[in-house]
Amino acid sequence: MAQRLDALLAASAARRPGHPAVEDPENGVTVTYRELALAAERVCRLLVARGVRPGDRVGVGGKSIGVVASIFGILEAGAAYVPVDASAPLARSGGILSDCAVAAAIVGRDAADGLAQAFGRKSGKGVTALDELAALGPALALVDGPAPRAAPAGASADLAYVLYTSGSTGKPKGVVHTHPSALAFVDWCSEALRPTADDRFSSHAPFHFDLSIFDLYVSIKHGATLVLIGDNLGKHPGGLASTIAGRRISVWYSTPSILRLLVEFGRLERHDFSALRLVLFAGEVFPLKHMRALKTAWREPRLANLYGPTETNVCTWYELPAEIPAGREEPFPIGRACSGDRTKVVGQDDVEVARGEEGELWVAGDSVMRGYWNLPERTAAAFAVDADGTRWYRTGDLVREDGAGDYAFLGRRDRMVKRRGFRIELGEIEAALYRHPRVSEAAAVALPDGDGGVAIGVFLAIVDGGTIPTLELKQWCAGQLPLYMVPDRFTCRPSLPKTSTDKIDYQALLRPD
Amino acid sequence: MNIQNIRQTVRDHILKEFLRDESPGVLTDTTPLISAGVLDSISTIKLASFLEEHFKIEFKAHEVSPSHLDTVAAIADTLARKLSQPKK
Repeated sequence: MAQRLDALLAASAARRPGHPAVEDPENGVTVTYRELALAAERVCRLLVARGVRPGDRVGVGGKSIGVVASIFGILEAGAAYVPVDASAPLARSGGILSDCAVAAAIVGRDAADGLAQAFGRKSGKGVTALDELAALGPALALVDGPAPRAAPAGASADLAYVLYTSGSTGKPKGVVHTHPSALAFVDWCSEALRPTADDRFSSHAPFHFDLSIFDLYVSIKHGATLVLIGDNLGKHPGGLASTIAGRRISVWYSTPSILRLLVEFGRLERHDFSALRLVLFAGEVFPLKHMRALKTAWREPRLANLYGPTETNVCTWYELPAEIPAGREEPFPIGRACSGDRTKVVGQDDVEVARGEEGELWVAGDSVMRGYWNLPERTAAAFAVDADGTRWYRTGDLVREDGAGDYAFLGRRDRMVKRRGFRIELGEIEAALYRHPRVSEAAAVALPDGDGGVAIGVFLAIVDGGTIPTLELKQWCAGQLPLYMVPDRFTCRPSLPKTSTDKIDYQALLRPD
Repeated sequence: MNIQNIRQTVRDHILKEFLRDESPGVLTDTTPLISAGVLDSISTIKLASFLEEHFKIEFKAHEVSPSHLDTVAAIADTLARKLSQPKK
């Protein structure tokens, strides 16, 4: 079996050189395995010539065939890729790439100058157009990393990628995965889901979202075809539905939110989805009402929920029954451990609880991350280590094991929420609002959105006891945070309620007046 | 329907659906909506779906994006262009 992710591409290119590897319907480009491998090799050579060494990090932004080639080129050079949200404020993406001291970054030509400036360079300096990839979609450029290039602890040649997720203190934290931890997950997918070279995979999630690990590597490993779905198409249910049908996608993977939009606005009855055999979802709870609607629209494909924080890859899964029982009201469980991972439910004092009791889900196994980038204390706190050296990742998710041995998801231990599949630390939203000159207190809370999902509300105290229009607050947040973190509702109050220890009383905020 | 009427319909809908409790004066024809986080991806789809039904038009995938729908003025221009095209 392959030891590195880039070896998956090399093996498929040797086996099926002329087979389409990646299609990009929006830009009208398709590449074969041979072409993709050659493009990746060119990126690799270019990076090595620029001084990128094994163990270095290289940023990537955007989604196109050129970006897929860049990701494999970075891995071939022995470096780890750090995908960033091309639509997030530059201060955040630039901050992420500076945090892990990237040697370089490959981003859209239009974003390159801004990024170079975020790295502290004068306009136009340290930016090279990547004409080599011009045939593979929108123009890309290579941006030299921020200087000086430190070599932080934790860099090693087996690092594959660093995915940044929302951080509770206001600063995103980087989840470090290695080639072995990613491959443990990819190999489990082969065993459990039996993909074939004739499959056509969707790539709906952006590359900075961990769902993309499945799309990219499972499809390339099996010599299948990956169909890229960019930002515009990804947000247009009608266009998505006709793409799934027209491109004969057979394996679909997205958040439940997207599936729900497809059912609600995609006019599914207009299309033929006979190629679709497997529909996977992850990232948040799928409200039963919307799941039923999906099952009614798509009767044939198998449906499965993949569960796992970015830190563990997918660690449990649950395949839905062919029929959803009419009387069922409780959501389906998140299932049981994937082979290769071990799970247990732990209560107070880190002691395992009996089946049927509520506790925190812990995960150990090959698919678990190495740690958080350059945050040794956070990494240590995230794991419990047994006497035999087993590292258990504390997911923070509260679960209960049912009689059948499946875990039911009950909620979170901390202040992290999942909204439309994205992980949001409420503390990061508060930190962004505290930077507003007129905000004196900020408290972010998760609220039901009335439709089975989560909305984010913020309570604020303003310096002079006044108010700030919602529109201005949303614009402020959009300048500091990715758009998926911008709160839905704002309430200004003269002051926020406090507990006896003078902390903001979140319980009191949530009580109806 | 003239462009002013289209703008008014769009403005009223956005205020009612996405900016409740907000005084109408804050939403001008040039207030950025998608790029400033006022409309998130799902709100944008809901808005597009309302416009498609109300004005009996259909958006193409690339049109459900900030370049076509970021302000009341841009939305109205996009709609006016579609409404002036002969129906197939």
